[in-house]
Amino acid sequence: MKNKLYFFDYVNFVLMGLVIVITLYPFLNVFAISFSSYAEYLENPLRIWPASWALGAYRDILGRSTLWSSYGNTIFVALATTVIALFMYLLTAYPLSRKDLRGKSGIMTFIVFTMMFNGGLIPTFYLIRSLHLYNTLWALIFTMLFSAYNVTLMKNFMESIPDSLVEAARIDGASEFYILFRIMAPLSKAIIATLAMFVAVGQWNAYASSIYYIKDSSKWTLALFLREIILGSSIQNVVSGAGEDLMEETVEPITMQYAALIITVVPILVVYPFVQKYFVKGMMVGSVKE
Amino acid sequence: MSKQKKVQVTYPEGVYVAPKKSLLKYIATNKWLYILLLPGLLYLLVYNYLPMFGVVIAFQDFNMVKGIFHSDFIGWENFALLFQEQRFYEVFANSVILSFYNLIFGFPIPVILAVLLNEIKQDLFKRFVQTVSYLPYFISWVVVSGMLLQYLSQSDGMVNFIIEKLGGEKLPFLMSPKYFRGIIVVANMWKGAGWGSIIYLAAMSNLDQQVYEAALIDGANRFQRMRYITIPGIMSTIITVLILNMGTIMNNGFEQIFMLQNSMNLEVSEVFETYTYKQGLMLGNFGYSTAVGLFKSVVSFFLVMTTNFIARKVGQKGLW
Repeated sequence: MKNKLYFFDYVNFVLMGLVIVITLYPFLNVFAISFSSYAEYLENPLRIWPASWALGAYRDILGRSTLWSSYGNTIFVALATTVIALFMYLLTAYPLSRKDLRGKSGIMTFIVFTMMFNGGLIPTFYLIRSLHLYNTLWALIFTMLFSAYNVTLMKNFMESIPDSLVEAARIDGASEFYILFRIMAPLSKAIIATLAMFVAVGQWNAYASSIYYIKDSSKWTLALFLREIILGSSIQNVVSGAGEDLMEETVEPITMQYAALIITVVPILVVYPFVQKYFVKGMMVGSVKE
Repeated sequence: MSKQKKVQVTYPEGVYVAPKKSLLKYIATNKWLYILLLPGLLYLLVYNYLPMFGVVIAFQDFNMVKGIFHSDFIGWENFALLFQEQRFYEVFANSVILSFYNLIFGFPIPVILAVLLNEIKQDLFKRFVQTVSYLPYFISWVVVSGMLLQYLSQSDGMVNFIIEKLGGEKLPFLMSPKYFRGIIVVANMWKGAGWGSIIYLAAMSNLDQQVYEAALIDGANRFQRMRYITIPGIMSTIITVLILNMGTIMNNGFEQIFMLQNSMNLEVSEVFETYTYKQGLMLGNFGYSTAVGLFKSVVSFFLVMTTNFIARKVGQKGLW
């Protein structure tokens, strides 16, 4: 474990360098092409630096009103889901973290069973329709407000907070509400931040639920907007697969697709370096048991 | 897939334990705890348990207008149809084969990455590699599919550009059943390898550094230390992850498949998720689609239960 470098270390550096290149190259390439013209792309599709800082693709994309409505819808869905879901997690996790809660194992089974079995697409779709949520953004929000896995993580975290704090507050006559929001929640900031990130990013990237539940283009999320740009086809063409006859002769020029990709990923890329430690923490909490 | 067995409540010495009251009295004094639980449990009841009862649609000639209470009940007809359907067996096979490929080719990569990362002693560099390698996990499948569609395009894609420059023939990557599985496997590796390595790195951080030092003194070289200390140290984690992954072999995820799918690669790319979607929401065969979904859910359920049970036996503790 000394700092002397051996041959193996150099090989390892090269390998890890390769990991970095493989991971980052697609982003650099897409970024570079999005600022190039189609001719420049054909000349060298591998470029990682824009040839001319052409802005045509962005001008076109940013000029579309569906981009802005999709962006707004996605932000709304991600924010609303995160706030409501975290509130639900807190409410559920706190009582379950109490060692003396009677009926706890029964309630946990009720919760965890939802991870093992589900009704499937059509019954859920029928429920959404029956609740008149079809073709509303609330369909995307309401289907993601609870996660047995996330609640279990939060419960485990709260269990690690010393009981004496809760006991002392109870003896002082504090209500459960007070204990939850004034004592437990502030002490659970780390897990709250982590789960909030997961929920928010999950909704930002969610794609299937928009395909199932959203119809009108005014209610599109970014994922649907992106699909439209990429497949360059109307929804009907997608019926038999992915609009196969349109795929080769891309109706939309590739530089525009890449500009759309960049616009979609930028928020993730910008916040990622600052929040990645929360993600890792969350994964650690979830994977390492005690 | 957490499974909470009976919680063994043990109180440390000196902790005040309230004397057991009758259940009703207990609930009365702690009613707020149960009131706090209500929203979550109600939510699950509506959004998770109601659809479970909704699987009766599988036994109906379901009609959206008539609804679940007035559609005609037709017994096992949808299932009879399904087991006669050639396509169903294809979908079943495709789902399992694709998961299986993802498992064999994708599974070792995070392990190798973690072992190599563990050998880097320059902390800053190590953290940089980790941070970068987790990034793709947070990129949407729509974005990844968008890149793939363009990179692999037969007319002007980057991959074919390279092939042509090297004197090869352009290949129809997405318009042929030949390459589809390989593409999905590689995309999954790119997206998940770094993220998957976290769990092994966590397991490694629990290994005793003294064992490494002792081995060093005994003259064990680098490979011997990896082979005889690191890998055995994380073996139970590896086995547990492997077993639990087998439990999800029926699932492929709608998002990673859907955009890359087209009529030319359909024979290998149609999996349960895309099939139930098309049969149900596009073609309106609600009963049939629900039957397919129910079949998948039931098989998955038993797989998950079995693999969790085995994981518990083998790895002392289930992962979740």
